[in-house]
Amino acid sequence: MLTGSVIIFYLLAALTLACGVLSVTTRHIFRAAIYLLFSLIGIAGIYFWLQYEFIAAVQIVVYAGGIAVLIIFSIFLTQQAGNKLPAQTNQRKIFALLAAFCGFALTMLQVYQHEFYLSAFPTGSVSIHAIGEQMLNVDQSGYALPFEVISMLLLAAMIGCIVIALRIKNQTEENPPVTGNSES
Amino acid sequence: MQPGLYHILFISAALFFIGVYGFFTRRNLITMLMSIELILNSVNLNFIAFNKYLWPEKMDGLFFTVFIIAIAAAEAAVAIAIIINLYRSHHSIDVEQAEELKN
Repeated sequence: MLTGSVIIFYLLAALTLACGVLSVTTRHIFRAAIYLLFSLIGIAGIYFWLQYEFIAAVQIVVYAGGIAVLIIFSIFLTQQAGNKLPAQTNQRKIFALLAAFCGFALTMLQVYQHEFYLSAFPTGSVSIHAIGEQMLNVDQSGYALPFEVISMLLLAAMIGCIVIALRIKNQTEENPPVTGNSES
Repeated sequence: MQPGLYHILFISAALFFIGVYGFFTRRNLITMLMSIELILNSVNLNFIAFNKYLWPEKMDGLFFTVFIIAIAAAEAAVAIAIIINLYRSHHSIDVEQAEELKN
């Protein structure tokens, strides 16, 4: 039976996969970024379809809103607009395609042979309240420690980005730069 | 056919190997980073699908997905900082050009 929900699922799947394929095959780097953006939005749609609205919102905010924009800005900073990427050799394409296809076939074979014990009662959406309570819980099932570790990691990544991308301008002999990894 | 766990696993595996193909063929650092983002997204989709269909009373897959998204954001930011620094010193972000550590 072909209900609206099923049609929406297949449309989202087709959008995600088609944009993913275009993103890795197009030779315009800016178009690749836009196709990646639509692929990420398709995945967010699949999360909505699975009724995980919180993850879908996080996906849209972080991926579509953050990482895609970051990638587009870095393209503007490092590429001449309109230039095509150099074409790849056919040999490399064929071997990459072969490796990807063999891996895919092997994975799907394993998946279809494996018997999953599906839960009898798939629940609906998860409430934000329950997510927040378990994330900041210090009990055995809580995720307070990983949450804190991730916050330290984000802080370290932020400082690391600033140090790496820092351009030292007034570099004189009596004031040598303290950071070793900036070459400018 | 009613979409279920196997359909989502198919999408996820296909997306993963699309990312692998892109990672093998691309020689530009930004496009390689895009392929890695596709791979990470396929992993997230897997976690969510297993959480939904196998253990719907728990939320562990959901938390793993949230943490993977946070780590992916940090990773993308650091990678782009490195790429921009590389572009300043080499005026190119092709991986074939960045071979100073080779000898």
